[in-house]
Amino acid sequence: MNTFEELILIFIAASITNNFVLTYFLGICPFIGVSNSIDSSIGLGAATTFVMTIAATVTWIIYHYLLAPYNLVFLQYVVFIIVIASLVQFVEMVIRKISPPLYRALGIYLPLITTNCAILGLTLFMVLRNYTFLESVVFGLGAGVGFTLALVIMAGIREELAFCDIPEPLKGSGITLIIAGMLALAFMGFGGIISG
Amino acid sequence: MIKDFVKGLWRENPVFVQVLGMCPTLAVTTKALFGLSMGMATLFVLVSSGMVISAIRRFVPRQVRIPIFTVIIATFVTAADYFLKANFYEISKALGPYVPLIVVNCIILGRAEAFASKHGVARSFLDAAGMGIGFTLALIVLGSVRELLGSGTVFGYRVMWAGFTDWIIMVLPAGAFITLGLLVGVFNMMDKRFMKRAEEK
Repeated sequence: MNTFEELILIFIAASITNNFVLTYFLGICPFIGVSNSIDSSIGLGAATTFVMTIAATVTWIIYHYLLAPYNLVFLQYVVFIIVIASLVQFVEMVIRKISPPLYRALGIYLPLITTNCAILGLTLFMVLRNYTFLESVVFGLGAGVGFTLALVIMAGIREELAFCDIPEPLKGSGITLIIAGMLALAFMGFGGIISG
Repeated sequence: MIKDFVKGLWRENPVFVQVLGMCPTLAVTTKALFGLSMGMATLFVLVSSGMVISAIRRFVPRQVRIPIFTVIIATFVTAADYFLKANFYEISKALGPYVPLIVVNCIILGRAEAFASKHGVARSFLDAAGMGIGFTLALIVLGSVRELLGSGTVFGYRVMWAGFTDWIIMVLPAGAFITLGLLVGVFNMMDKRFMKRAEEK
């Protein structure tokens, strides 16, 4: 059994010290493409956190009760990506039915999530590290929160950037990548919170 | 025809111009060799999935094309992953989960959607090969710069002088972002200069 403390450590590691975007480079496409305004970043972040948590839960169950016992591990990439794609569809339908306001807020971001490598990366790391069920759920939640955090910070900086005088060749993706590098440096400073 | 191939190398280079497929690009390029292997794996998946998708494009209903493309891509990625595991175990271990992550590499689905699903097998092959080689070259450049400054070697060969202090930052995530950002800037600058020269002629 896990102690509560271990779960908190996994959460902090996934969201801050080993931030998915800034240390594993997962989910860079939306990070660079969508992070233009704070509002849309929060929307995409919330939707991603939601899908990540559910994806971690569902893929854990499928991996440990279906793939591993029947020796089907070689199918895991194909199965995982199908699970994630259908999960996104499903979540979209459920939200539309249950909470139309939430659907209007998240609607356009949901389909984008399928191609977000952070989700598939999350499920792969979960298998690689042999997390238990509870650990996987917390890991999914932490990764989502970390993704949102990075996205929102980036959006905040980019909104200011519009007024800056940037060298011509660096405009657009160049300067975004350099800022991401500086953010990664800043997040490295949190490394001392936990060891390993 | 030849244009389909060449455009991926420079004018529409997936890394420097389209800024696609960032996660493998940044994650594995701590060494030039890893960049090369990742590039080759992506090239293989890109070419084979592109040809299959182009061959079956008339039988795929529009509504479900994305899931079908994804499954085809995932199948080839599994093949590439097992090939690396069997023949180049060390490299496969170093690349870790980034080989399976080729499945969600936006370049591959992007080319499938934008090119292979609309053109014949031969042209799709050239397009995929161009994009894949352009991607590989970009990864080798990025990997070489980071390896040179981060460990003083290129492809494992010592290049820097003996007293050279390694820039640890270059092999850390922050170095990856900053190097790629600057390389994109250099690429844009060169591109502009070429354009000017072409206009003058």
